Amino acid sequence: MSLLSLSGISREVVLPDGSLLPILTGVDLEIAPGEHVSIVGRSGSGKSTLLNILGLLDNPTAGTYLLDGEPTDHLRARRRSRLRGEVFGFVFQQFNLLPRRTAVENVAAPLLYARGRDFLRRRRTAAEMLDRVGLGARADHVPERLSGGEQQRVAIARALVRAPRVVLADEPTGALDVETGAQVMALLAEATSENGAALITITHDLSVAALASRRYRLDGGRLSPLVEAGSLGAATSDRGTA
Amino acid sequence: MTGVLGALSEAWDEVRVHKSRVVLSLVGVFLAVFAMTSVTAIGQIAAQVQQETAERTGGRPATIAVQAFDPMTGMPPDAEAWDVAVAELTGRYDLTTSATISYGEGLYRMPGGTQRVQTVRVSPSYGELHRKQPVEGRWFREGDRTSLSPALVVNEAFLEALGVPDLSSRPTVMLGGPTPVRATIVGVLREGYGSELVAYRVDRSGGSWGDAGAVDPMQAMYGGPSTLKLWVHPDQVDQVMETVRRDLGLALDGAQVDPYRMDAEGVEETLAVLRLAIRGAGVVVLILGGLGVLNIGLVTVRQRIREIGVRRSFGATSGRVFSAVMLESVCATALAGVAAVGAAVVLVRNLPVERWFSDGIPLADAPGFPVAAAIEGMIAATAVGALAGLLPAIIAVRAKVIDAIRF
Repeated sequence: MSLLSLSGISREVVLPDGSLLPILTGVDLEIAPGEHVSIVGRSGSGKSTLLNILGLLDNPTAGTYLLDGEPTDHLRARRRSRLRGEVFGFVFQQFNLLPRRTAVENVAAPLLYARGRDFLRRRRTAAEMLDRVGLGARADHVPERLSGGEQQRVAIARALVRAPRVVLADEPTGALDVETGAQVMALLAEATSENGAALITITHDLSVAALASRRYRLDGGRLSPLVEAGSLGAATSDRGTA
Repeated sequence: MTGVLGALSEAWDEVRVHKSRVVLSLVGVFLAVFAMTSVTAIGQIAAQVQQETAERTGGRPATIAVQAFDPMTGMPPDAEAWDVAVAELTGRYDLTTSATISYGEGLYRMPGGTQRVQTVRVSPSYGELHRKQPVEGRWFREGDRTSLSPALVVNEAFLEALGVPDLSSRPTVMLGGPTPVRATIVGVLREGYGSELVAYRVDRSGGSWGDAGAVDPMQAMYGGPSTLKLWVHPDQVDQVMETVRRDLGLALDGAQVDPYRMDAEGVEETLAVLRLAIRGAGVVVLILGGLGVLNIGLVTVRQRIREIGVRRSFGATSGRVFSAVMLESVCATALAGVAAVGAAVVLVRNLPVERWFSDGIPLADAPGFPVAAAIEGMIAATAVGALAGLLPAIIAVRAKVIDAIRF
């Protein structure tokens, strides 16, 4: 059974003049546990909206989204929040580390919403996770004193600290240079793989997308497989227009 | 359980991380709670001073004064008969707090010659009834009745006229008249107008020297007409007055007995108004401080929308976001409250507040730092935090997570 299953997902927004703007149209997607999937597409193609829906931050206007076979459309807000914290880990393009908190405090932050032992041991768990991403020595540094690559590694450690089943990464290398980006992606792929978590990456960078076992292209709100070299070339040209 | 701990931990973390902002926002609350608590504490001391000042004159609530006289001649009843009747009355009804007072003049041999001085003859319990609190020495006690040297409590002008700076030399003064006796000054009161000399002696049952120093031979034995004072529960005033009128009238063979309430009945109301005014001023200051916290809270929460969005991605529920923002405000203001109450305690304890208000006369029942004021201060600070945190918390919950995070 798929871990995540999207069927006919559409999302529309109401514009100030009352008209409807379709963002996603009829998206079908199946994600299995531990799978690495990438989605490429130009700006405004609906990538972030799709990621928001996958991460239970937004609701589709039509279609069915099953999480572990359970429909998500009737979940109460509290349950959605709990599932979001327990099932998903987020990695953002701009890292979104909490300012003025040390690296270890940032990594421990998601565990504030955990229960029992996970909550009580949060600082130790966070320190261990920082060790895993090679930042044990920088645990007490605030983000302002870390490089971009280090900040993104802290963000990866934070995304993984609750042992999520799915990691949603939005342009994880977007704010990094090529070399650092490659290192970060290698780390992200390795860490999620070790955890057995599925990794869904949204990116402009086809070299990043190429790391995934399955690749998709999102264009005009429609999702389609990205398998041919020609398509890859088209996506590459998209990057220049973003 | 861990949810509550988590919310508290999150709130405390915010306070810790944003110390400067928190401190700035709390200056108003600190000052408001400090002012309110200090003013309330000082106000209570002032009220106590007011009350004791009023009670020094009129007696404690409720004090009934009783006088008797012959309706035909207007003369007071026979002194011995009066004493017997009063003793029977207080014994019969177990009126434990009663006192007698009579006014007269006494002859005192001062350094400049013998002087007539207004002399008040009282029973020792008069001190408790009228809160007589010497600035030096002590008030009378029952043992003074049998002392070989009559005890005197005088005012400061008397002591000055005697040429004595204080009681360290155990000063004495000769009471003149047919049977002179050396009296010992045991206490000094701060009362009387200007250079007016005042002396208190134990009442006329004061031993073998009881009549020494009396000016009027007619009053040599017992002094002037005596007034009985009774300290009773305010609710029993009418009943006691009726009983006293009836019983003493019968015992004194038809004498007219006039009991009347002499304590200042309006003092409580006046003090209540004073307390209300003080409280009102404190509340206004507190509201202003709360508005300061609210203002900074509103600005801050808008700057923190992104962070709130990130926390939502961690699984923070609406309730958790609400309580974290709210608790942050409550934690901070509660902390300011503790600091403000502490500062108020230090201030009030180290300032000679009683001396300022009571002209140096020590209070009989000196109030310590009012615990109620401290608790009120803490409650007020916490309530301000809750109210000031409410609006930012609502804004935080209503923030659209997607806009906040902006993937």
